[in-house]
Order: sequence, then C-alpha cells, then structure tokens
Amino acid sequence: MTTDIDEQTRLGELYMATLIRAQWRLSMSVLASAAMMIGGLPLLFLFVPATRTLNVGPIPLPWLILGVLIYPAVWLAGRYYVRQSEQIEGEFTELVARR
Amino acid sequence: MNASFSIAAIAAVCVVTLTIGALGFRLSRTTSDFYVASRMVTPTWNASAIGGEYLSAASFLGVAGLVYSLGADMLWLPVGYTVGYLVLLVLVAAPLRRSGAYTIPDFAEARLESVTIRKLTSVLVLSIGWLYLVPQFKGAGLALHAVSGAPTWVGNLIVAVVVLINVVGGGMRSITLVQAVQYWIKLTAISVPAFVLLSWWMHHGQPIPQAASVPPGQQWSQPLSGFGGVDHPVYATYSILLALCFGTMGLPHVLVRFYTNPDGAATRRTTSIVLALLGVFYLFPPLYGAFGRIYLPHLPAGTSPDAVTLLLPTAVIPGVVGQLMSAMLAGGAFAALLSTASGLTICVAGVVDQDLIRSRLRRFTGDDARAVNGFRISAIAAVIVPFWLSLAARDIGLADTVGLAFAIASSTFCPLLVLGIWWRRLSTAGAGAGLVVGGTLASAAVLLTIFGQVHGGWAGALLTQPAAWTLPITFVVMTVVSLATPKRIPRGTARTMVRLHAPEVLSANLDKQRP
Repeated sequence: MTTDIDEQTRLGELYMATLIRAQWRLSMSVLASAAMMIGGLPLLFLFVPATRTLNVGPIPLPWLILGVLIYPAVWLAGRYYVRQSEQIEGEFTELVARR
Repeated sequence: MNASFSIAAIAAVCVVTLTIGALGFRLSRTTSDFYVASRMVTPTWNASAIGGEYLSAASFLGVAGLVYSLGADMLWLPVGYTVGYLVLLVLVAAPLRRSGAYTIPDFAEARLESVTIRKLTSVLVLSIGWLYLVPQFKGAGLALHAVSGAPTWVGNLIVAVVVLINVVGGGMRSITLVQAVQYWIKLTAISVPAFVLLSWWMHHGQPIPQAASVPPGQQWSQPLSGFGGVDHPVYATYSILLALCFGTMGLPHVLVRFYTNPDGAATRRTTSIVLALLGVFYLFPPLYGAFGRIYLPHLPAGTSPDAVTLLLPTAVIPGVVGQLMSAMLAGGAFAALLSTASGLTICVAGVVDQDLIRSRLRRFTGDDARAVNGFRISAIAAVIVPFWLSLAARDIGLADTVGLAFAIASSTFCPLLVLGIWWRRLSTAGAGAGLVVGGTLASAAVLLTIFGQVHGGWAGALLTQPAAWTLPITFVVMTVVSLATPKRIPRGTARTMVRLHAPEVLSANLDKQRP
C-alpha cells in the first residue's frame, strides 16, 4: 500500500488528499475558535465599555481575562488539537495498513 | 541603592554561561555537533528548552515595562507570544518537523526546489535575527545601568562579547542542554520576587494604582483607553496580535528547536507543553508593571521603563531582602537575554555561513577553509550589526523592537510556511514575489520606526504596527502570482506533500522500499 502513496497512484493520492483535508479542517476549526474567543475580546472591550471597568474582587476583568484565564484556555485548545490530529493520523495509518 | 548583590548575580550568570560554553566546546568536535545537538530529547525536556530560549529580555523586562508605561493594552503582548505557539502548533509544527528542514531556508529550498528562494529566505532570516538581537543587547545595557549606574553601552558590549565567545566556542550542544534548565531558572527568578512583592502588598494595605494626572477616559488599568498617548489603540491591538500570533512560526530560533524532536507527533506534544510553560511564566511580568504603577509612579530621570522590574524590590522592600530579590531579577534578566541571544546567533550564523559565506570562503581559500571557520566568521557578522543598532537606533521599548521582528516574520515566513504546507498550487514565482513584496513593505515600516521618522496619527499607527496590512498583502501576492504561474509549481510538490503530512510510520516504509 505504501508504494501506492509513493508512486502517486490515484488511490494513494486520494488517501493523501483526504488526510490533508481532515487535518486542515481540524486546524481551521481550532484557529477559528481561538480567533473568535481571543480576537473578540478587543471588540467586547470596545463595544461594551462597562467590561473595561468591571471588577472581579480586587482585579479588573480585562486583567483577569488577559493576565490569567486566557493561558489555561490556550493550553486546553492546544491539547485538544494534539489529541484530534493524532486520532486522524491513527485512523489514516490503520486505513492504509488494512489494505 | 546597594547594587553589589545585583552586580554579583549578573557576573555569576555571565561566568556560568561561559563555563558551560567552554565545557560544550570540548564535547563538540564536528560540524554536525555544531548544528544539532541530539535528536533524542523527550517532549518535556524539549519544551523546557524551547521555553528557555524563547523567553527573552522582551518577556523578562519588556512586557512589564510596556504594561507599566502604556497600561492594560500591553497585556496582549504575552498573550500574543503564547498564542503564537498555538498557531504554530495547529498550522506548521508536525509538517515542518517531517520536512526534515533544520532552518526556514532548508524548508524553502526543499518545498520550492529553488536556490533563489533559499537565498531570499536567508536574507530575511538575517534581518529578523538582527532585529531580534537588538533588544537583547539593549536589555543588558539598561539592566546593568539600572542596578549599577554604568553607561548603557557597557551592558550591550558585555552581552555581545559573552554571546560571541559562547557561540564561537560551544555550538549547539551546550546550548541545548542549558536551555532547558534556563527555563526553570527564569521562572524561579521572576516568580519568587513576585510572590515576595505580592505578600508585602497584601500585608501593607493593598494599595491600588493611583489615577495619575491623565486626560479623563485615559485610564492606565483599562484597555483601549489610549493611555500613554497610543493612537488608534484598537488597530494597534489587532495589528500587534496578528504579528505575534503569526510571526512566532517564522522566528529563526524557533524552528531549530523542533528539529530535536524525533517525529511529527512528538513535535506536537512538545509544542502543547510549551503552551503550558509559557502560560505559567507570563502570569508574572504584568504583576511587575502593576506594582510599578503602585510603588514607583515616577521613575528616576534617565531610567527606561523597561527597568521597572529590576527597581521594584529595592524600592518596596527595605534591607537585604529587597536587594536579594533585585539581584535575582537582574540575574534572571541576564540569563534570559544571554540564552535568547545565543540561540539566535547560532541560527543566524548557521544560515549566513551555509548560504552566504561558505561558497565565497571556499573560492577564496580553495578547500582549505574548514566549515567551522565559516561558522565563526558568520557568528561575528551576526553579532556586530545588532550591537551597532542597539547603540544607534532610536530609543523604543524592548518589547516594541521584538514586535517589529515578529512583524517581518509574520509578513514573510508565515505565508510561505502556511501556503507551502497546505497548498499544492504554490508556485516558485508566487513564493518569491510574496517574500519580496512582504519583506520590502515590512522592512521599510520597521526602518522608518527605529530610525525615528514616524509621527502620530494613522501613518504612525500603520508604520509602527505594520502586520495588519503587510501580512494580508503577502498572502494575496503569493496566491495571485501562484495562480497566474501554474507552470512554476515545483515538480515534486505531490511527493513533498506526502512527506510533510504522512505519519512517520508510513514514510519509514516508503524509505525502505526505495532501492
């Protein structure tokens, strides 16, 4: 089977295209969610000025979000991506091996 | 202020760095040792090394300095530095490792099958590396000035010399071993004084930053308020965020670290650990900015805001404890800038040597010149220009200068890598056109910014934060020119795509089946 991929037979190419598309879709979904969450924050501060002055305990909300909460969120997004992309590759490898 | 502890800490860091470099010199005898220390490094260890090399003077001092002087909008800087690794992880990490490329020029040549593109990327690596080295040298100067009153050029010179000796002598092996430990040293150096300051603050009335005499609506603690005279804060916020998020993947010293992972999957795991390590570190720098607003609302004349981290402990806590904490921060800052500067110099020197110097050297001396000599000459070239720049450039914040390096990286290498990895129709002409256009526009903006030809208003905002327009322009140029030149698509594209995306288990079989 691996020779198929190597020699660019149509089936091999199809397999590769499927793998790349699946990975691309995963990457885009993670990026899009991150862009909405992170890229949306300046807009939130811009259009809802109350969020700029809101305090959570002694800490202003923007500081709490940008200084603390955003980091675990980014880490979790990264872990989610790693798991999902390994799964895509695992399925691909299995598919190729089965043939 | 009694500075003897701080000076001792800085001296100790320099001596330890040189000693380890000297030990590494005995270990590295061949060229391959210079280039890659070892490929057998576990993800956690490797992630620490990445963090250790990545956290520079801009992170250690510059973030606090900008938060101190410009307020809440600057909290985006460490966020961008971290999210840059998330973007890198989901877009390029595993394929780049699988490409087997050691530097971006390696990748460019393999993917686009063109030596011209390779040279073009080498020139860009050199300019990004130079720009990124400037704030490391400047950071050293202002740190030494802050703790001892020495003229700023002294610190610049010390670091330039230490880095040069270290890189010329030790090569990559010593750096790899040291970088991982560096992360933990830096984290300790920035967190312990922060906790001490925090507990002092808790037990002494918990004061909050006083609203200084600023126009109404411009509040230091509020985002988008234009505090500190930032024009168009919304544009500036988005542009710097774009530059940091998409520029990280194009920094010269970042890709090299991925090469020490055994395969694509390990590279991904390493990168996700990096996200955690950076996140923990970046909890601390903004604290120093905030404490600076509370306890040091007016800096002594002639002191850069970037030094606020170093001045805080002695200003707040009387006696030996404050001095020890300041010394810890000064040592940590030097460790940060020495490690980043060494890593960068190695990468830049490697690229310059391989692509720009070695062939000429050989023509000059016949085959006598050993490869290592070319590397040493390149290392000197890599250090001298940014050293000069660090003295000549206009005084802009450390993190701002780093931001400009990110802007160039994001407007050139990000489109190259993303399209190169995911788009089969990228043509050699398209890639070349994009690199030239993006590189020229971004560099022009950067040069105008650092040599002081920028005024306020929209022109100023667009030039000091160029990524928001240069990044899309590069993407458009690469795409449009590629679509217009389908005959210039590299012949081996399909095969390269397999190599970039197929899991190693399969590629290994491929290699076995080749004669």
